[in-house]
Amino acid sequence: MDSSLLQERATFIRAIRSFFFEQDVIEVETPVLSSAATTDPQIDSFVTTSRGRDAEGPERLYLQCSPELFMKRLLAEGSGPIFQLGPSFRAGEISPLHNPEFMMLEWYRPGYTMEQLMDEVEALVSNFVDLPSIERITVAEAFEVVGVADLYSTTIEQLQSAALAMALPSAEEMDLDWDGWVDYLMVLAIIPRFSHAAIFFTHYPASQAALARISPDNPKVAERFELILNGMEIANGFCELTDGAEQRNRFQQELSERSAAGLEAVPMDEKFLQALDHGLPDCSGVALGVERLMMLSMGKEQISEVMPFSINQV
Amino acid sequence: MATVSTSEFRNGLKVMIDGDPFTIVDNEMVKPGKGQAFNRVKLRGLISGRTLERTFKSGESIERADVHEEEYQYSYSDGDLFYFMHPESFEQIGADKAAMGEAEQWLKGQEICLVTLWNGNPISITPPNFVVLQITETDPGLRGDTSSGGGKPATLETGAVVRVPLFVPENEVIKVDTRTGEYVSRVKE
Repeated sequence: MDSSLLQERATFIRAIRSFFFEQDVIEVETPVLSSAATTDPQIDSFVTTSRGRDAEGPERLYLQCSPELFMKRLLAEGSGPIFQLGPSFRAGEISPLHNPEFMMLEWYRPGYTMEQLMDEVEALVSNFVDLPSIERITVAEAFEVVGVADLYSTTIEQLQSAALAMALPSAEEMDLDWDGWVDYLMVLAIIPRFSHAAIFFTHYPASQAALARISPDNPKVAERFELILNGMEIANGFCELTDGAEQRNRFQQELSERSAAGLEAVPMDEKFLQALDHGLPDCSGVALGVERLMMLSMGKEQISEVMPFSINQV
Repeated sequence: MATVSTSEFRNGLKVMIDGDPFTIVDNEMVKPGKGQAFNRVKLRGLISGRTLERTFKSGESIERADVHEEEYQYSYSDGDLFYFMHPESFEQIGADKAAMGEAEQWLKGQEICLVTLWNGNPISITPPNFVVLQITETDPGLRGDTSSGGGKPATLETGAVVRVPLFVPENEVIKVDTRTGEYVSRVKE
Protein backbone atom coordinates (compact mmCIF):
# COMPACT_ATOMS: atom_id res chain seq x y z
CA MET A 1 0.00 0.00 0.00
CA ASP A 2 1.16 3.48 -0.87
CA SER A 3 1.89 5.14 2.50
CA SER A 4 0.32 8.44 1.42
CA LEU A 5 -3.00 6.73 0.64
CA LEU A 6 -4.31 6.81 4.21
CA GLN A 7 -3.54 10.52 4.44
CA GLU A 8 -5.21 11.23 1.09
CA ARG A 9 -8.30 9.23 2.01
CA ALA A 10 -8.59 10.98 5.37
CA THR A 11 -8.30 14.41 3.72
CA PHE A 12 -10.89 13.42 1.14
CA ILE A 13 -13.41 12.19 3.71
CA ARG A 14 -12.88 15.27 5.89
CA ALA A 15 -13.55 17.52 2.87
CA ILE A 16 -16.82 15.71 2.16
CA ARG A 17 -17.91 16.12 5.78
CA SER A 18 -17.09 19.83 5.85
CA PHE A 19 -18.95 20.39 2.55
CA PHE A 20 -22.16 19.12 4.16
CA PHE A 21 -21.43 20.71 7.53
CA GLU A 22 -21.27 24.10 5.79
CA GLN A 23 -24.64 23.41 4.12
CA ASP A 24 -26.28 22.42 7.42
CA VAL A 25 -26.89 18.87 6.18
CA ILE A 26 -26.61 16.59 9.18
CA GLU A 27 -24.65 13.36 9.22
CA VAL A 28 -26.52 10.18 10.13
CA GLU A 29 -25.61 6.54 10.62
CA THR A 30 -28.06 3.81 9.68
CA PRO A 31 -27.69 0.03 10.07
CA VAL A 32 -25.67 -2.16 7.75
CA LEU A 33 -27.82 -5.17 8.70
CA SER A 34 -31.50 -5.33 7.86
CA SER A 35 -34.19 -7.99 7.86
CA ALA A 36 -35.03 -6.88 4.29
CA ALA A 37 -32.96 -6.80 1.11
CA THR A 38 -33.09 -4.92 -2.14
CA THR A 39 -35.51 -6.50 -4.60
CA ASP A 40 -33.42 -5.27 -7.54
CA PRO A 41 -32.79 -8.42 -9.63
CA GLN A 42 -29.41 -7.07 -10.71
CA ILE A 43 -28.10 -6.77 -7.17
CA ASP A 44 -27.14 -9.76 -5.07
CA SER A 45 -27.22 -8.99 -1.33
CA PHE A 46 -24.92 -10.64 1.18
CA VAL A 47 -26.92 -12.55 3.75
CA THR A 48 -25.92 -13.63 7.21
CA THR A 49 -27.71 -15.31 10.09
CA SER A 50 -28.13 -14.39 13.71
CA ARG A 51 -29.35 -16.59 16.51
CA GLY A 52 -33.05 -15.80 16.67
CA ARG A 53 -34.63 -13.59 19.27
CA ASP A 54 -37.26 -16.24 19.87
CA ALA A 55 -37.74 -19.95 19.34
CA GLU A 56 -38.16 -19.58 15.59
CA GLY A 57 -34.52 -20.31 14.96
CA PRO A 58 -31.84 -18.32 13.19
CA GLU A 59 -32.84 -15.00 11.72
CA ARG A 60 -31.65 -14.01 8.24
CA LEU A 61 -30.15 -10.55 7.97
CA TYR A 62 -29.02 -8.78 4.80
CA LEU A 63 -26.06 -6.44 4.43
CA GLN A 64 -27.39 -3.28 2.85
CA CYS A 65 -26.55 -2.50 -0.78
CA SER A 66 -27.14 1.18 0.01
CA PRO A 67 -28.47 3.11 3.02
CA GLU A 68 -31.37 4.45 0.92
CA LEU A 69 -34.34 2.82 2.61
CA PHE A 70 -33.20 3.56 6.16
CA MET A 71 -32.43 7.17 5.26
CA LYS A 72 -35.87 7.62 3.73
CA ARG A 73 -37.40 6.34 6.96
CA LEU A 74 -35.51 9.11 8.76
CA LEU A 75 -36.78 11.66 6.22
CA ALA A 76 -40.34 10.43 6.71
CA GLU A 77 -39.89 11.07 10.43
CA GLY A 78 -38.92 14.65 9.66
CA SER A 79 -35.12 14.49 9.82
CA GLY A 80 -34.66 17.29 7.27
CA PRO A 81 -31.57 17.23 4.97
CA ILE A 82 -29.24 14.33 5.82
CA PHE A 83 -26.09 12.68 4.54
CA GLN A 84 -24.31 9.45 5.28
CA LEU A 85 -20.84 8.07 4.59
CA GLY A 86 -20.50 4.38 5.12
CA PRO A 87 -19.91 0.91 3.73
CA SER A 88 -22.32 -0.68 1.26
CA PHE A 89 -22.23 -4.28 0.10
CA ARG A 90 -22.93 -6.03 -3.21
CA ALA A 91 -22.09 -9.70 -3.55
CA GLY A 92 -20.10 -10.80 -6.56
CA GLU A 93 -19.27 -7.34 -7.89
CA ILE A 94 -15.55 -7.54 -8.55
CA SER A 95 -13.87 -5.63 -11.37
CA PRO A 96 -11.36 -2.81 -11.74
CA LEU A 97 -14.27 -0.51 -10.82
CA HIS A 98 -16.11 -2.74 -8.33
CA ASN A 99 -15.33 -4.06 -4.87
CA PRO A 100 -18.04 -6.03 -3.01
CA GLU A 101 -17.66 -3.67 -0.03
CA PHE A 102 -17.29 0.00 -0.87
CA MET A 103 -17.93 3.41 0.64
CA MET A 104 -21.13 5.13 -0.36
CA LEU A 105 -21.88 8.79 0.13
CA GLU A 106 -25.62 9.26 0.09
CA TRP A 107 -27.58 12.41 0.74
CA TYR A 108 -31.16 13.71 0.62
CA ARG A 109 -32.54 17.18 0.17
CA PRO A 110 -36.19 17.79 1.05
CA GLY A 111 -37.79 20.25 -1.38
CA TYR A 112 -35.03 19.95 -4.01
CA THR A 113 -35.79 19.21 -7.64
CA MET A 114 -33.57 16.80 -9.56
CA GLU A 115 -31.89 19.80 -11.23
CA GLN A 116 -31.13 21.48 -7.91
CA LEU A 117 -29.60 18.26 -6.62
CA MET A 118 -27.46 17.91 -9.76
CA ASP A 119 -26.18 21.45 -9.09
CA GLU A 120 -25.14 20.33 -5.63
CA VAL A 121 -23.51 17.12 -6.90
CA GLU A 122 -21.54 19.26 -9.35
CA ALA A 123 -20.46 21.64 -6.57
CA LEU A 124 -19.28 18.76 -4.39
CA VAL A 125 -17.45 16.90 -7.15
CA SER A 126 -15.72 20.09 -8.32
CA ASN A 127 -13.90 20.13 -4.98
CA PHE A 128 -12.09 16.95 -5.93
CA VAL A 129 -11.81 16.85 -9.71
CA ASP A 130 -10.85 19.67 -12.02
CA LEU A 131 -13.90 19.90 -14.23
CA PRO A 132 -15.40 22.08 -16.86
CA SER A 133 -19.12 22.42 -16.23
CA ILE A 134 -20.88 19.08 -16.38
CA GLU A 135 -23.05 18.66 -19.47
CA ARG A 136 -26.61 17.43 -18.95
CA ILE A 137 -28.28 15.32 -21.60
CA THR A 138 -31.28 13.08 -21.45
CA VAL A 139 -30.93 9.36 -22.13
CA ALA A 140 -33.02 9.79 -25.30
CA GLU A 141 -30.62 12.50 -26.51
CA ALA A 142 -27.65 10.25 -25.73
CA PHE A 143 -29.17 7.56 -27.94
CA GLU A 144 -29.53 10.12 -30.75
CA VAL A 145 -25.77 10.65 -30.54
CA VAL A 146 -25.24 7.00 -31.57
CA GLY A 147 -27.92 7.20 -34.25
CA VAL A 148 -30.99 5.91 -32.42
CA ALA A 149 -33.78 8.44 -32.88
CA ASP A 150 -36.92 8.57 -30.77
CA LEU A 151 -35.85 5.96 -28.23
CA TYR A 152 -39.31 5.53 -26.72
CA SER A 153 -40.88 4.40 -29.97
CA THR A 154 -38.15 1.86 -30.79
CA THR A 155 -38.71 -1.88 -30.81
CA ILE A 156 -36.35 -4.59 -29.58
CA GLU A 157 -35.52 -5.38 -33.23
CA GLN A 158 -34.62 -1.75 -33.99
CA LEU A 159 -32.31 -1.54 -30.97
CA GLN A 160 -30.65 -4.80 -31.99
CA SER A 161 -30.21 -3.52 -35.56
CA ALA A 162 -28.54 -0.40 -34.18
CA ALA A 163 -26.15 -2.60 -32.18
CA LEU A 164 -25.41 -4.70 -35.27
CA ALA A 165 -24.80 -1.59 -37.36
CA MET A 166 -22.22 -0.50 -34.77
CA ALA A 167 -20.64 -4.00 -34.88
CA LEU A 168 -20.89 -4.34 -31.12
CA PRO A 169 -19.66 -7.65 -29.68
CA SER A 170 -22.27 -10.44 -29.64
CA ALA A 171 -24.98 -8.08 -30.93
CA GLU A 172 -26.21 -10.89 -33.14
CA GLU A 173 -26.72 -13.60 -30.53
CA MET A 174 -27.75 -11.44 -27.55
CA ASP A 175 -31.19 -12.32 -26.23
CA LEU A 176 -32.44 -9.25 -24.41
CA ASP A 177 -35.68 -7.46 -23.63
CA TRP A 178 -36.13 -3.78 -24.47
CA ASP A 179 -34.56 -2.58 -21.21
CA GLY A 180 -31.73 -5.06 -21.69
CA TRP A 181 -30.96 -3.56 -25.11
CA VAL A 182 -31.05 -0.07 -23.64
CA ASP A 183 -28.53 -1.20 -21.00
CA TYR A 184 -26.41 -3.00 -23.60
CA LEU A 185 -26.21 0.06 -25.88
CA MET A 186 -25.59 2.28 -22.88
CA VAL A 187 -22.53 0.36 -21.63
CA LEU A 188 -21.12 -0.74 -24.99
CA ALA A 189 -21.80 2.26 -27.22
CA ILE A 190 -22.93 5.39 -25.40
CA ILE A 191 -20.79 5.50 -22.27
CA PRO A 192 -17.61 4.67 -24.29
CA ARG A 193 -18.56 7.58 -26.61
CA PHE A 194 -18.42 9.90 -23.60
CA SER A 195 -15.27 8.33 -22.16
CA HIS A 196 -13.48 11.67 -21.85
CA ALA A 197 -16.42 13.75 -20.75
CA ALA A 198 -18.13 14.99 -17.62
CA ILE A 199 -21.79 14.30 -18.10
CA PHE A 200 -25.10 13.89 -16.35
CA PHE A 201 -27.44 11.48 -18.10
CA THR A 202 -30.95 12.44 -17.05
CA HIS A 203 -34.50 11.18 -17.52
CA TYR A 204 -34.08 7.41 -17.73
CA PRO A 205 -36.84 5.27 -19.24
CA ALA A 206 -39.81 4.91 -16.88
CA SER A 207 -39.16 1.16 -16.90
CA GLN A 208 -35.76 1.90 -15.32
CA ALA A 209 -37.07 4.31 -12.69
CA ALA A 210 -35.82 2.28 -9.68
CA LEU A 211 -36.94 4.51 -6.78
CA ALA A 212 -37.39 7.69 -8.80
CA ARG A 213 -40.70 9.34 -9.53
CA ILE A 214 -42.10 9.36 -13.05
CA SER A 215 -41.80 12.79 -14.62
CA PRO A 216 -45.06 14.74 -14.25
CA ASP A 217 -44.38 16.21 -17.73
CA ASN A 218 -43.62 12.96 -19.57
CA PRO A 219 -44.86 9.56 -18.40
CA LYS A 220 -42.23 7.78 -20.52
CA VAL A 221 -39.34 8.95 -18.35
CA ALA A 222 -38.32 8.91 -14.70
CA GLU A 223 -36.66 11.77 -12.85
CA ARG A 224 -33.46 9.83 -12.43
CA PHE A 225 -29.90 10.91 -13.25
CA GLU A 226 -26.44 9.47 -13.32
CA LEU A 227 -23.14 11.28 -13.19
CA ILE A 228 -20.55 9.79 -15.55
CA LEU A 229 -17.00 11.09 -15.44
CA ASN A 230 -14.47 9.74 -17.97
CA GLY A 231 -16.83 6.87 -18.74
CA MET A 232 -17.16 5.82 -15.10
CA GLU A 233 -20.44 5.94 -13.21
CA ILE A 234 -19.90 8.10 -10.14
CA ALA A 235 -23.39 8.81 -8.80
CA ASN A 236 -27.02 7.88 -9.28
CA GLY A 237 -29.80 10.17 -8.09
CA PHE A 238 -33.54 10.52 -8.08
CA CYS A 239 -36.30 12.94 -7.49
CA GLU A 240 -37.72 10.41 -5.06
CA LEU A 241 -40.88 8.40 -5.50
CA THR A 242 -43.10 9.18 -2.51
CA ASP A 243 -46.12 7.08 -3.48
CA GLY A 244 -46.12 3.96 -1.24
CA ALA A 245 -48.57 2.01 -3.40
CA GLU A 246 -46.53 2.54 -6.56
CA GLN A 247 -43.31 1.68 -4.72
CA ARG A 248 -44.88 -1.59 -3.53
CA ASN A 249 -45.89 -2.40 -7.11
CA ARG A 250 -42.33 -1.82 -8.31
CA PHE A 251 -40.90 -4.05 -5.56
CA GLN A 252 -43.41 -6.77 -6.44
CA GLN A 253 -42.54 -6.46 -10.10
CA GLU A 254 -38.86 -6.88 -9.26
CA LEU A 255 -39.60 -9.88 -7.06
CA SER A 256 -41.41 -11.58 -9.93
CA GLU A 257 -38.44 -10.78 -12.21
CA ARG A 258 -36.16 -12.38 -9.59
CA SER A 259 -38.32 -15.45 -9.47
CA ALA A 260 -38.49 -15.68 -13.28
CA ALA A 261 -34.69 -15.49 -13.41
CA GLY A 262 -34.38 -18.24 -10.80
CA LEU A 263 -32.88 -15.89 -8.21
CA GLU A 264 -33.35 -16.25 -4.49
CA ALA A 265 -36.52 -14.65 -3.13
CA VAL A 266 -35.82 -11.83 -0.67
CA PRO A 267 -38.11 -10.11 1.82
CA MET A 268 -39.12 -6.62 0.70
CA ASP A 269 -38.76 -3.83 3.20
CA GLU A 270 -42.24 -3.49 4.73
CA LYS A 271 -41.08 -0.95 7.33
CA PHE A 272 -39.84 1.28 4.52
CA LEU A 273 -43.15 0.93 2.67
CA GLN A 274 -45.00 1.84 5.89
CA ALA A 275 -42.82 4.96 6.14
CA LEU A 276 -43.81 5.94 2.58
CA ASP A 277 -47.48 5.42 3.47
CA HIS A 278 -46.93 7.60 6.51
CA GLY A 279 -45.50 10.27 4.24
CA LEU A 280 -42.09 10.92 2.68
CA PRO A 281 -41.59 14.63 2.02
CA ASP A 282 -40.93 15.63 -1.60
CA CYS A 283 -37.18 15.32 -1.89
CA SER A 284 -34.28 14.43 -4.14
CA GLY A 285 -31.45 12.13 -3.16
CA VAL A 286 -28.25 10.74 -4.61
CA ALA A 287 -25.74 7.96 -3.94
CA LEU A 288 -22.10 8.47 -4.89
CA GLY A 289 -19.30 5.90 -4.94
CA VAL A 290 -16.61 7.54 -2.86
CA GLU A 291 -13.75 5.31 -4.05
CA ARG A 292 -14.62 6.03 -7.70
CA LEU A 293 -14.34 9.76 -7.08
CA MET A 294 -11.06 9.11 -5.24
CA MET A 295 -9.79 7.17 -8.26
CA LEU A 296 -10.41 10.16 -10.52
CA SER A 297 -9.03 12.62 -8.02
CA MET A 298 -5.86 10.56 -7.42
CA GLY A 299 -5.48 9.44 -11.07
CA LYS A 300 -5.84 5.71 -10.36
CA GLU A 301 -7.17 3.06 -12.73
CA GLN A 302 -8.21 0.41 -10.23
CA ILE A 303 -10.52 0.72 -7.24
CA SER A 304 -8.09 -1.47 -5.27
CA GLU A 305 -5.49 1.29 -5.58
CA VAL A 306 -7.52 3.66 -3.40
CA MET A 307 -8.50 1.13 -0.74
CA PRO A 308 -6.25 0.09 2.15
CA PHE A 309 -7.64 -3.45 1.83
CA SER A 310 -9.44 -4.48 -1.34
CA ILE A 311 -11.32 -7.78 -1.64
CA ASN A 312 -8.12 -9.57 -2.70
CA GLN A 313 -6.44 -8.60 0.55
CA VAL A 314 -9.10 -9.59 3.06
CA MET B 1 -21.91 -30.86 -20.80
CA ALA B 2 -19.99 -28.87 -18.19
CA THR B 3 -20.95 -25.21 -18.10
CA VAL B 4 -19.41 -22.21 -16.42
CA SER B 5 -21.10 -19.01 -15.26
CA THR B 6 -19.81 -15.53 -16.09
CA SER B 7 -19.08 -15.06 -12.38
CA GLU B 8 -16.40 -17.76 -12.71
CA PHE B 9 -14.81 -16.18 -15.80
CA ARG B 10 -11.12 -15.57 -15.36
CA ASN B 11 -8.14 -15.26 -17.64
CA GLY B 12 -7.02 -18.65 -18.91
CA LEU B 13 -10.45 -20.28 -18.57
CA LYS B 14 -11.18 -22.52 -21.58
CA VAL B 15 -14.66 -22.25 -23.06
CA MET B 16 -16.49 -23.30 -26.22
CA ILE B 17 -17.48 -20.61 -28.74
CA ASP B 18 -19.31 -21.67 -31.92
CA GLY B 19 -18.02 -25.22 -31.54
CA ASP B 20 -14.34 -24.36 -31.03
CA PRO B 21 -12.27 -24.13 -27.85
CA PHE B 22 -11.16 -20.65 -26.79
CA THR B 23 -9.22 -19.30 -23.85
CA ILE B 24 -10.30 -16.12 -22.04
CA VAL B 25 -7.61 -13.46 -22.29
CA ASP B 26 -9.55 -10.53 -20.87
CA ASN B 27 -12.77 -10.32 -18.89
CA GLU B 28 -14.39 -7.10 -17.78
CA MET B 29 -17.72 -6.68 -16.02
CA VAL B 30 -19.53 -3.64 -17.39
CA LYS B 31 -22.64 -2.39 -15.70
CA PRO B 32 -24.97 0.51 -16.25
CA GLY B 33 -25.75 2.21 -12.93
CA LYS B 34 -28.87 0.13 -12.52
CA GLY B 35 -29.96 -2.71 -14.73
CA GLN B 36 -28.40 -5.52 -16.68
CA ALA B 37 -24.68 -6.14 -16.15
CA PHE B 38 -22.57 -7.62 -18.92
CA ASN B 39 -19.24 -9.38 -19.15
CA ARG B 40 -17.19 -8.07 -22.00
CA VAL B 41 -14.74 -10.81 -22.88
CA LYS B 42 -11.78 -11.16 -25.21
CA LEU B 43 -10.98 -14.72 -26.26
CA ARG B 44 -8.23 -16.40 -28.22
CA GLY B 45 -8.99 -19.47 -30.34
CA LEU B 46 -6.90 -22.43 -29.22
CA ILE B 47 -6.94 -23.88 -32.71
CA SER B 48 -7.25 -20.83 -34.97
CA GLY B 49 -5.23 -18.46 -32.78
CA ARG B 50 -7.60 -15.65 -33.76
CA THR B 51 -8.86 -13.23 -31.14
CA LEU B 52 -12.47 -12.24 -30.85
CA GLU B 53 -14.63 -10.20 -28.53
CA ARG B 54 -17.92 -11.38 -27.06
CA THR B 55 -20.42 -9.97 -24.61
CA PHE B 56 -22.42 -12.09 -22.19
CA LYS B 57 -25.23 -11.19 -19.84
CA SER B 58 -23.76 -11.45 -16.34
CA GLY B 59 -25.07 -14.62 -14.74
CA GLU B 60 -25.31 -16.47 -18.08
CA SER B 61 -23.58 -19.85 -18.40
CA ILE B 62 -21.64 -21.15 -21.37
CA GLU B 63 -20.08 -24.49 -22.22
CA ARG B 64 -16.69 -25.20 -20.79
CA ALA B 65 -14.05 -26.63 -23.14
CA ASP B 66 -12.55 -29.94 -22.09
CA VAL B 67 -9.02 -28.68 -22.53
CA HIS B 68 -6.00 -29.53 -20.45
CA GLU B 69 -2.24 -29.49 -20.76
CA GLU B 70 0.07 -32.42 -20.17
CA GLU B 71 3.77 -33.14 -20.64
CA TYR B 72 4.72 -35.58 -23.40
CA GLN B 73 8.06 -36.53 -24.88
CA TYR B 74 8.51 -35.93 -28.62
CA SER B 75 9.45 -39.16 -30.42
CA TYR B 76 9.47 -38.85 -34.22
CA SER B 77 7.57 -37.74 -37.31
CA ASP B 78 6.37 -39.89 -40.18
CA GLY B 79 6.04 -36.80 -42.34
CA ASP B 80 2.33 -36.61 -41.73
CA LEU B 81 1.98 -36.72 -37.97
CA PHE B 82 4.31 -35.92 -35.13
CA TYR B 83 4.31 -38.57 -32.41
CA PHE B 84 4.59 -37.90 -28.71
CA MET B 85 4.82 -40.37 -25.85
CA HIS B 86 3.51 -39.96 -22.32
CA PRO B 87 6.54 -40.40 -20.01
CA GLU B 88 4.60 -42.51 -17.49
CA SER B 89 1.82 -44.32 -19.34
CA PHE B 90 3.89 -44.64 -22.57
CA GLU B 91 0.66 -43.83 -24.40
CA GLN B 92 1.43 -42.46 -27.87
CA ILE B 93 -0.41 -39.60 -29.56
CA GLY B 94 -0.05 -37.99 -32.97
CA ALA B 95 -0.23 -34.25 -33.60
CA ASP B 96 -0.81 -32.79 -37.04
CA LYS B 97 1.16 -29.91 -38.60
CA ALA B 98 -1.44 -27.35 -37.54
CA ALA B 99 -1.13 -28.40 -33.90
CA MET B 100 2.67 -28.42 -34.13
CA GLY B 101 2.79 -24.89 -35.48
CA GLU B 102 6.08 -23.18 -34.67
CA ALA B 103 7.13 -26.02 -32.36
CA GLU B 104 8.14 -28.15 -35.33
CA GLN B 105 11.26 -26.13 -36.10
CA TRP B 106 12.73 -26.63 -32.60
CA LEU B 107 12.28 -30.37 -32.10
CA LYS B 108 14.66 -33.18 -33.09
CA GLY B 109 13.47 -35.86 -30.65
CA GLN B 110 13.41 -36.65 -26.90
CA GLU B 111 12.32 -33.13 -25.85
CA ILE B 112 9.65 -32.85 -23.15
CA CYS B 113 6.86 -30.65 -24.56
CA LEU B 114 3.63 -29.28 -23.16
CA VAL B 115 0.76 -30.72 -25.18
CA THR B 116 -2.66 -29.02 -25.10
CA LEU B 117 -5.40 -31.61 -25.47
CA TRP B 118 -9.01 -30.91 -26.41
CA ASN B 119 -11.32 -33.88 -25.90
CA GLY B 120 -8.15 -35.97 -25.75
CA ASN B 121 -6.71 -34.72 -29.07
CA PRO B 122 -3.56 -32.60 -29.29
CA ILE B 123 -4.36 -29.09 -30.56
CA SER B 124 -1.16 -27.28 -29.73
CA ILE B 125 2.40 -28.08 -28.75
CA THR B 126 4.61 -25.86 -26.63
CA PRO B 127 8.30 -26.77 -26.97
CA PRO B 128 10.72 -26.45 -24.01
CA ASN B 129 11.69 -22.81 -23.37
CA PHE B 130 15.27 -23.62 -24.31
CA VAL B 131 16.60 -26.13 -26.83
CA VAL B 132 20.19 -27.11 -27.65
CA LEU B 133 20.85 -27.60 -31.36
CA GLN B 134 23.78 -27.84 -33.74
CA ILE B 135 24.44 -25.29 -36.49
CA THR B 136 24.52 -27.05 -39.86
CA GLU B 137 25.13 -24.04 -42.04
CA THR B 138 26.35 -20.48 -41.53
CA ASP B 139 28.77 -18.07 -43.22
CA PRO B 140 32.24 -17.95 -41.68
CA GLY B 141 32.43 -15.05 -39.27
CA LEU B 142 35.11 -12.39 -39.12
CA ARG B 143 37.96 -13.60 -36.96
CA GLY B 144 38.33 -11.61 -33.75
CA ASP B 145 34.87 -10.08 -33.92
CA THR B 146 33.33 -10.73 -30.51
CA SER B 147 30.65 -8.07 -30.59
CA SER B 148 27.12 -9.27 -30.01
CA GLY B 149 25.51 -6.69 -32.27
CA GLY B 150 24.79 -7.42 -35.91
CA GLY B 151 25.05 -11.15 -36.29
CA LYS B 152 24.33 -13.50 -39.18
CA PRO B 153 21.74 -16.16 -40.01
CA ALA B 154 22.50 -19.75 -39.02
CA THR B 155 20.56 -22.86 -40.06
CA LEU B 156 20.14 -25.44 -37.30
CA GLU B 157 19.90 -29.22 -37.56
CA THR B 158 16.10 -29.00 -37.29
CA GLY B 159 15.87 -26.53 -40.17
CA ALA B 160 15.19 -23.49 -37.99
CA VAL B 161 17.07 -20.32 -38.87
CA VAL B 162 18.27 -18.05 -36.04
CA ARG B 163 20.55 -15.04 -35.89
CA VAL B 164 23.85 -15.78 -34.17
CA PRO B 165 26.86 -13.54 -33.41
CA LEU B 166 29.45 -13.31 -36.20
CA PHE B 167 32.05 -15.30 -34.22
CA VAL B 168 29.91 -18.47 -33.94
CA PRO B 169 31.13 -21.07 -36.49
CA GLU B 170 29.40 -23.90 -38.35
CA ASN B 171 28.96 -27.20 -36.40
CA GLU B 172 28.86 -25.27 -33.13
CA VAL B 173 26.15 -26.36 -30.65
CA ILE B 174 24.05 -23.48 -29.38
CA LYS B 175 21.21 -22.79 -26.94
CA VAL B 176 18.11 -21.06 -28.33
CA ASP B 177 15.12 -19.50 -26.56
CA THR B 178 12.08 -20.96 -28.36
CA ARG B 179 9.75 -18.23 -27.04
CA THR B 180 11.65 -15.50 -28.86
CA GLY B 181 13.54 -17.58 -31.43
CA GLU B 182 16.76 -15.91 -30.24
CA TYR B 183 20.29 -17.26 -29.75
CA VAL B 184 21.22 -17.47 -26.05
CA SER B 185 24.75 -18.90 -25.88
CA ARG B 186 27.22 -21.44 -27.20
CA VAL B 187 27.16 -24.82 -25.46
CA LYS B 188 30.47 -26.51 -24.66
CA GLU B 189 30.17 -30.27 -25.04
